[in-house]
Amino acid sequence: MSERSDDASAAPRAEGVRYDQARYVENGQYEPLLSEKDLTRVEIGAEGDETDDGDGGDGSDSPLPDHLTRDSLELPELSEPELARHYTRLSQMIYGIDSGPYPLGSCTMKYNPKFTEDVAALPKAAVHPDRSERSLQGTLELLYRLQDYLGRIGGMDAVTLQPPAGAAGEFVGIRVAAAYHEHNGEDHRDEVIVPESAHGTNFATAALGGYDVVSLPSDDEGRVDLEALEAALSEQTAALMLTNPNTLGLFERDIERIAEMVHDVGGLLYYDGANLNALLGRARPGDMGFDVMHYNVHKTFATPHGGGGPGAGPVGVVDELAPFLPAPRVREGDKTKSGESTYELFDPEHTIGHVHGYQGNWLVLVKAFAYIARLGDAGLSDASAKAVLNANYLASQLEYDIPYEPFHHEFVASAGDQDAADVAKRMLDYGVHPPTTKWPEIVSEALMTEPTEVESKGTLDRLAAAFNAVAAEDDETLEAAPGRTTARRIDQTSAARNPRLSWHAIGNTDDE
Amino acid sequence: MHGSHATGSPYAPHTDAERSRMLEAVGVETEADLFDIPTAVQFDGKFGIDARSERETRRLVRSILGRNSDLTELLGRGHYGYYVPSLVDHLADRSEFLTSYTQYQPEVSQGFLQALFEYQSLLVELTGLEIANCSMYDAATALGEAATLAERVRDTSGHRVLVPDLLREGRRSTLENYVAGTDLEIEEYPTDDGNVDLAALEEQVNEKSVMVYAENPTVRGTIEESLTAIGDLAAAHDALFVLGSDPVALSVLQRPADVGADVVVGDASVLGLPTSYGMGLGLFATSEDYLRQVPGRLVGVSEDATDRRAYTLTLQTREQHIRRERATSNICTNQAWVALRTAMHAASLGPNGMVDLAERGVTRASDLAARLDALVGVKAPVHDRHHIREFVAHVDQPAAAIAEDLEKRGFAVHVVGEHLIQVCVAGVTDERIDSFVAAFEEVAR
Ligand SMILES: Cc1ncc(COP(=O)(O)O)c(C=O)c1O
Repeated sequence: MSERSDDASAAPRAEGVRYDQARYVENGQYEPLLSEKDLTRVEIGAEGDETDDGDGGDGSDSPLPDHLTRDSLELPELSEPELARHYTRLSQMIYGIDSGPYPLGSCTMKYNPKFTEDVAALPKAAVHPDRSERSLQGTLELLYRLQDYLGRIGGMDAVTLQPPAGAAGEFVGIRVAAAYHEHNGEDHRDEVIVPESAHGTNFATAALGGYDVVSLPSDDEGRVDLEALEAALSEQTAALMLTNPNTLGLFERDIERIAEMVHDVGGLLYYDGANLNALLGRARPGDMGFDVMHYNVHKTFATPHGGGGPGAGPVGVVDELAPFLPAPRVREGDKTKSGESTYELFDPEHTIGHVHGYQGNWLVLVKAFAYIARLGDAGLSDASAKAVLNANYLASQLEYDIPYEPFHHEFVASAGDQDAADVAKRMLDYGVHPPTTKWPEIVSEALMTEPTEVESKGTLDRLAAAFNAVAAEDDETLEAAPGRTTARRIDQTSAARNPRLSWHAIGNTDDE
Repeated sequence: MHGSHATGSPYAPHTDAERSRMLEAVGVETEADLFDIPTAVQFDGKFGIDARSERETRRLVRSILGRNSDLTELLGRGHYGYYVPSLVDHLADRSEFLTSYTQYQPEVSQGFLQALFEYQSLLVELTGLEIANCSMYDAATALGEAATLAERVRDTSGHRVLVPDLLREGRRSTLENYVAGTDLEIEEYPTDDGNVDLAALEEQVNEKSVMVYAENPTVRGTIEESLTAIGDLAAAHDALFVLGSDPVALSVLQRPADVGADVVVGDASVLGLPTSYGMGLGLFATSEDYLRQVPGRLVGVSEDATDRRAYTLTLQTREQHIRRERATSNICTNQAWVALRTAMHAASLGPNGMVDLAERGVTRASDLAARLDALVGVKAPVHDRHHIREFVAHVDQPAAAIAEDLEKRGFAVHVVGEHLIQVCVAGVTDERIDSFVAAFEEVAR
């Protein structure tokens, strides 16, 4: 699919791109549900004798009294080869990062190095959290080293690895801020300020923490409006949550001034780490005056998104906030007699407690550690350099208008008179994944685009050709798209109006 | 190899020639010119992290993790090490599953959406409730989300959330954080011989209660005997009855819908993941009465332009990316890939395999308890209840010393009291159980 073109002037002709995503249909279906292949009812507690599909009797001779058990369980009973084909077929109907470019703005869809799967699958990584610390020295050492790596990368003094995603990291930040203010007798602070262009989780997290959300407009240049900030800040301010570069890809040039303003009223400055891939090795949140930040390891540190998760959202803080971090954290213990380091868990002095039942998404943390250890200083800063180069190069090849500059690892183009959601659907027909659409709202019909460092010039040219081809097409074509994907345009309204959320809700017998 | 890039990210494919042409197209000399960072906040230090080859990195991780001792884990209390069939690893690791994003473009994500829909269906069957979302982070955060749901749907003047005194610290503490921004207050009710003390709970529940939480099985592996009465009690006071469980236990224990549960939470990754240092999969199922208040993502059925059945994320107006501070939860990235693994593991067991796995948890736990009980210095199980997977044993010697001695012999157990240990059979082979009994005999006397 991706011929490497070494001739910069020869933009690939979009109509030359052939794409068909595994579009075959059998009996009117892309792939029947497991429940349409088989349903077997197992009676519980009774001597097995009945079944619904003539498959022979299924039943258990339960070791429990009847009043403590359910009557039956009805699920598909299929053989391993049948299941292997089912899931293989399903996988064919998914576009992943290994299928082609995936320039979702704010999502940092990097290539996920294969070897990180192997290290996470090491038998020694399969440990139970309630084992003694003495028997878990490997796990604790890895966590300790990752805390240390992340502290250096973000310029933070102390790190917790517990939050299982970015939003959970935000929640730790908000809870730490609350605990800190309360500790200082300032629990009257009940507002969190969030820029209008921020990610939805910032608002939702502040609200979950019990705060009133004060939304902050941008200035004409797309950055924090200092006057509006001045007006928003007060004795009530618990924190300001910022992304930097912001969601337009712009660096908040006034960051030092912003930090000073927030600190002057006694508030804390929170860094949403979603965009850290722009800054590795060139700037650190800790040096900019941020007090607390989350790292989004499924973005910046290349752990796979897994169709929506799991991720991990470690949180770093300055010294003053370290006593409030979640429990437990890992620290170095006494050396052994032979001089070997040891590691132990400890509860920070004024800890907010847990935000996850255990220590978060361990297997994801192993992959993140391996990625950082593989790249090192040179690789990490090169990743950012190439991510920024790729975004700027791609932008230079696009016909869509890009209202805000200078951007870094991502840019937000405007689809102009076209509907950005339709543009996205049409791009699918060109064999590329479309950008994030309609956000941030400050750009009308936004196409928020983040190619990351992993795309070659050839792929970026192909991506640009897809954008440009769609830019030249009429609304009718866009509205009819996609035509080359497994499923055609899906009706969102009927899904929401008549929610059918399990196979029980659609009946198992036949097509609707 | 094409071109050269001696240092830098091994995953950035640019050749020197391509890089030059790209810089030229943008109109700058070097990448550094593209950064708009004020000098004062530029970082010109080093992280001090050495780059390594893939092979060296693998060796590094292997050597660090090598410091974990090899132990047979007889551990549970909410996190289990069932054997996961190879089918799950190989198919879930297909890179289309592993490397795709959330299904915001359903037309190119049908396969994942269908797998999540099948996961939701599995939970609907197991719980008897009409709705299951396609994941929370883990059992603890699912419990937290249940409490905020209770706060939204119960418009009593109440604020009391009742939880068992035996609730695991990690769950309890997470719940406290989730309700910290609300008026809700967490209160404990007592347990009696492992299970809910119904008489005591009856006294505690009143019109100020918005939620009653119980677990089946309990953290000590006992099977609850008064679920229907607890459900009735909650309903009589207009409190939400939230039940904690997991897919293996649910395969045979009373169906939550039959005992009046309004919400089921728990760790669904007991199927799908081996022990993973506590990494989990938050199960969240509820009744259709609360459809518009459910946290997290939901996959629903729709049709595409050719009228064929297709799947899509739906009812997204509940979620943070649309509803912002009025969303039902702040969750975005979830545990989708773990849900896929759970669905695969369940499918590979089938209903017969699931029931069998659960029932063997009952018989094997009771067999092991009987064998330990026969040893000098041990009484097992401590609780006069039915058990699944695990049980608590009383040891005459200090429990910590027993656990340490067992560890020296290659076995890990829980210490849950000065003279109490807890033992779990999930995932442990019969041979290892025989060796464990032999080791126990040596250390217990
Ligand atoms: C800017 C921004 N902030 C926060 C988040 C939330 O992170 P997560 O999805 O890991 O919870 C995201 C990612 O989706 C994001 O793009």
